Amino acid sequence: MEKFVRLTGKACPLPQPNVNTDQILPARYLKWPRARGLGAVLFQDLRFDTAGSERADFPLNHPVWRHAKILIAGRNFGSGSSRENAVYAIYDHGLHCVIAPSFGDIFAQNAVKNGLLTAIVSEHDAAELAAAVTADPQRDVTVDLEQQTIVCGNRTYGFSIDPVSRNQLLNGWDDVELTESYRAAISAYRASDGLRRPWAIPPKPPHD
Amino acid sequence: MSEPQTLTDRLWAAHEIVRREDGAALLWVDRHYVHEGSFNAFSQMKARGRSIAEPELTFGVADHYVPTRNRAGGIADPELATMVRNLEGNAAESQITLFGLRDPRQGIVHVVGPEQGLTLPGLLIVCGDSHTSTHGAFGAYAFGIGASEAAHVLMTQTLWQKKPKRMRVCVDGRATPGIGAKDIALAIIARVGADGAQGHAIEFCGSAIRELTMEGRMTLCNLSIEAGGRCGMVAPDATTFSYLKGRPYAPQGADFDAAVEAWSSLKSDPDAAFDRDVSLGATEIAPIVTWGTTPDDGLPIDACVPDPAREPDAARKKYIEEALAYMGIAPGTKLTDVAIDRIFIGSCTNARIEDLRSAAAVLAGRVSKVPGLVSPGSSPVKRQAEQEGLDRIFKDAGLDWADAGCSMCVGINGDIVPAGERCASTTNRNFRGRQGRGARTHLMSPAMVAAAAVTGHLADVRPLLAGRKL
Repeated sequence: MEKFVRLTGKACPLPQPNVNTDQILPARYLKWPRARGLGAVLFQDLRFDTAGSERADFPLNHPVWRHAKILIAGRNFGSGSSRENAVYAIYDHGLHCVIAPSFGDIFAQNAVKNGLLTAIVSEHDAAELAAAVTADPQRDVTVDLEQQTIVCGNRTYGFSIDPVSRNQLLNGWDDVELTESYRAAISAYRASDGLRRPWAIPPKPPHD
Repeated sequence: MSEPQTLTDRLWAAHEIVRREDGAALLWVDRHYVHEGSFNAFSQMKARGRSIAEPELTFGVADHYVPTRNRAGGIADPELATMVRNLEGNAAESQITLFGLRDPRQGIVHVVGPEQGLTLPGLLIVCGDSHTSTHGAFGAYAFGIGASEAAHVLMTQTLWQKKPKRMRVCVDGRATPGIGAKDIALAIIARVGADGAQGHAIEFCGSAIRELTMEGRMTLCNLSIEAGGRCGMVAPDATTFSYLKGRPYAPQGADFDAAVEAWSSLKSDPDAAFDRDVSLGATEIAPIVTWGTTPDDGLPIDACVPDPAREPDAARKKYIEEALAYMGIAPGTKLTDVAIDRIFIGSCTNARIEDLRSAAAVLAGRVSKVPGLVSPGSSPVKRQAEQEGLDRIFKDAGLDWADAGCSMCVGINGDIVPAGERCASTTNRNFRGRQGRGARTHLMSPAMVAAAAVTGHLADVRPLLAGRKL
């Protein structure tokens, strides 16, 4: 996984609350392998009308924001379905950080596994940031994970993130490798648990 | 004296292998359910040149992409056929038990797991599906995960997690006739909000919850995620044990009795502390339908949809305007004046035998004014319903009686609501486009969907139940 330390780029505002993963990536694209290009269908039904034309009023279609690296979203972003493909679509579109007042739990977990930073700010700060980039779309925003700051013009905002996720993103840790280092503890657990909870192991498949 | 514990604390402690300084714990996974959508997890595992750690704790189910009609002829759509075939291939390669398309036990993963006795109290259960919270109905710690986490489970049978906060939702009193678990769940979600339980494990308790059957508890826990909860659970009791006894994969004989003894300790201590408490009175809960595009938009059926002109909060006003525009409903409309185009009875939320019985109780001897689809939660549920003659009631009412799968809840197997049409649905998400692009979804109980079918509009089921056996 790629490390996330610091990122500077254009920031696209998407201030509505409860943007769920069905909006981020409609279910009909879930059968696509990632290599097919999920970034191109990010927010498909919000970005395009049924005839396939871009909706001019959708922020990600703005000439500047279509190249944004940061998304400034509303409360409860990424709620709903556990589809990790939603994170792939965001990341592969070029957005490597989402700033919002809160995130769906599963989405936030999926994000950190893929190097996507979910930065939590207050409702007030999210609205102020969205207003600032709306007033000046060309304005660069810098997100610094080490400092846990967002710099926009002459304003600096703090953001929060779960310390476990922060460590993982800063170090680019690979969960599987990390888990391997606990192999002995896992084996010991498995052995003692079999005695403690014999009922937890399913019997051999019953015969028809 | 050790500190009083909640059920969440107990389940967590039983699965914790190690805990890091930053708070992350490595948890043991007792059951991992996979489906067609899990292909990304298998791909990640293979890309690392790794293989499955515990095939006997992993079970596959074909549900998301399976057709609900004309199965004998195979899957006509080549892309859907590939999804099901890939699952079969991955299951065979990893030597995991698969309840595939032609298996008599096939169905929706959150129906099949409990039905087969794979889901048990005290287990930690994961699946690449947010409605995995369903299995918490048995006093299991069950939650949805993404593909990377699923790949990690495949490779190690463990998962890194941070312990959530603990929330208690207490529902006391006796629900009135015609009110089901779905109404209770939608009332809770409307109360706490679509993100009200974010970062929390919910324990449901109170006399109204104790009264619920396992089917009802599954509906309730299933919808925990729609309040943003990490998982939902109900402490196991006699209802739980009696449901599980004799199920194919449950412990048998003396092993079962020993298990029941162990499971009986799975509850919160009376003086255990929760991070958040919510309580509702069951007697005050009316039949609920949603009007908007998030699951917390539930209102009693005798209410009117909101009028944005009366909303003082600017952001809320904007949401109401946009949601009503999408749903095609004028501000302030009485819910019972909203005409529907079709109905759907199905999904991991409400397609178990009891759900079908409650819909059939309303539909018996009546005709649906709109077309509709009934997709049972599993093939065994389908067979049972046919033995009870419920299929005849649905067919006589003019509804399609189909095979088991996720079907029109997520709309990726070909069963969709056409753009602009309004569907009264027993499913879990009224998101924009959830049942098909441009589809308009109203969530409600199976009985309320039946009421909408026979009247052609959103309707209170209670008068329709007068004189009928429930």
